[in-house]
Amino acid sequence: MSDRPWGFRTRALHAGAIPDAATGARAVPIFQTTSFVFEDGADAADLFALQKYGNIYTRLGNPTTAVLEERLASLEGGIGCVAFASGQAAEFAAITALARAGDHVVASASLYGGTYTLLDVTLRELGIETTFVPADSPSAFAAAIIPGRTKLLYAETIGNPTGVVADISALSNVAREAGIVLVVDNTLATPFLCRPIEHGADIVIHSVTKFLGGHGTSLGGAVIDSGTVNWGNGNYSHFTTPVASYGGLQWWENFGEYAFCTKLRNQQLRDGGACLSPFNAFLLLQGIDTLPLRMASHVENAMDVASFLARHPFVEWVRYPGMHGTLGEAQYDKVNHYLPDGAGAVFTFGVAGGRAGAARFIESLALCSHLANIGDARTLVIHPASTTHRQLSEEALLAGGVAPEMVRISVGLEDLEDICWDIDQALDVSQSSLADDTNAVRSPTSRKASL
Amino acid sequence: MSIMPTGMDLPAPKEENRNSALQRKAILASAHTIAMVGASADRSRPSYFVSTYLLSSTNYEVWFVNPKGGEILGRPVYPSLDDLPGTPDLIDVFRKPADCPAVATAAVALGASALWLQLGVVSEEAATIARAGGLHVVMDRCIKIEHARFAGGLHLAGFDTGVISSKRGARL
Repeated sequence: MSDRPWGFRTRALHAGAIPDAATGARAVPIFQTTSFVFEDGADAADLFALQKYGNIYTRLGNPTTAVLEERLASLEGGIGCVAFASGQAAEFAAITALARAGDHVVASASLYGGTYTLLDVTLRELGIETTFVPADSPSAFAAAIIPGRTKLLYAETIGNPTGVVADISALSNVAREAGIVLVVDNTLATPFLCRPIEHGADIVIHSVTKFLGGHGTSLGGAVIDSGTVNWGNGNYSHFTTPVASYGGLQWWENFGEYAFCTKLRNQQLRDGGACLSPFNAFLLLQGIDTLPLRMASHVENAMDVASFLARHPFVEWVRYPGMHGTLGEAQYDKVNHYLPDGAGAVFTFGVAGGRAGAARFIESLALCSHLANIGDARTLVIHPASTTHRQLSEEALLAGGVAPEMVRISVGLEDLEDICWDIDQALDVSQSSLADDTNAVRSPTSRKASL
Repeated sequence: MSIMPTGMDLPAPKEENRNSALQRKAILASAHTIAMVGASADRSRPSYFVSTYLLSSTNYEVWFVNPKGGEILGRPVYPSLDDLPGTPDLIDVFRKPADCPAVATAAVALGASALWLQLGVVSEEAATIARAGGLHVVMDRCIKIEHARFAGGLHLAGFDTGVISSKRGARL
């Protein structure tokens, strides 16, 4: 080995995956097995007591999944990673590893709908309370902290689907001041575009399902730890009290910088059980191999599609954080600072004709797929107000920046001309049917944008 | 209990490589005998986790040192470094920083090849004594974690080892 600081593209292909010792296999082998035989009774006892490293049961860890975990830890610049069955499972585990009943979370109001309801409904039911604050206001995060009860700040690098970019360094300062951790969901940026730990985030969460996997084949989630948190600072007593089920060990004293991942795997993953399938880990790794190439193309296509939409007469507004003038100067400065290579490929725009116009637009698409995912190699669209954010109240919708005419697009890797052609024809259809149905005075064809 | 040959044939580390991954791997790869100073029989202590790991997952000859004596994992505990059955290649220290210079002095007198201060233990004074005596020095690192980094255990637990290689079985 060498101490060479390997480049991002090299690590996207190699980190965590050396040729198999037994067979020499160069590609990552799929260990599709539930369990691993023990050498003897002492081996089994040592493994169960965390006295030695090794495989026991795939719910706790698996050699194929371990490659994915080390790869993500390396790409994010973290110390370690624990993979989960989905991004939601990863969030649930990470938050419940930090906060318990009676504790409190301060979170951005502009979160993915599933994350919002996890915090607002399920975790609240379990006694973990969340205060939602404007995503772009570190001072609002600071003001909402309840000393002794607040255990974490939670934000998305790029809000899904609002596009609001978090001021990670400022939030990190707020968290440090309070002696608590900053958790950042980096799904929309991927470590290719932004590495939150380099800006002061303590824990990074991914839905690996999205751009990391990149092919829409497999669900997966991940929690990456920076390894820099002092869990003995008095705010995390469950890291410094003896754990009866592991012979009285203490996560912080026994595992030091490895404490968080060790607890997450051996408590939250062991007990919660939302483990990743080794086969999914393999498929997600195939995607990560080419992440740098795909993201560069996703971002290029996204910028061009955003520009096309901004010029289109049937589009009322476009909010692509990478496009100057769409989210304000302060936001644009944050994009340049945190996302210099591009602001991802998921953004929103408003179709003329309100809720009905947006619905007809989506029904009329011939190439772009109407579905709930993002981050596929193919272009995807959805109408958040009637799908992903359906469970939110009108008030929460507005607070989260979700308008009735809003369409979310995840720009894929198809030919740019084909994506724009499809959007253009569907916008045309959406407005003609509106005119047919409502006798609207709008005259669409006279205002066509050019490709 | 066999006594392995002592003396580690390692080049002196360049200043910039001190405590580097490469140096730590070389120290671990060339050691045969390890003395654990401050070893404990308490199952919840970090040193106990290191003891079980070294005995179950490596081929090192491990000698426990603690003035309290007694037994750990069925093996004798020697009261001091002077009571060991041979010269250890590596002396792994689970003691507070203030106790480390004396251990370093003893390590030099004994002719050990490396002084390793555990995670959270930093003593520049001990390091200076050991280096002046020709020993390699590692500080503020866990020998279990570092061995597992190069041997594959850390990888299986989802941690970044920093190891990238195109060679089969390239781990320690």
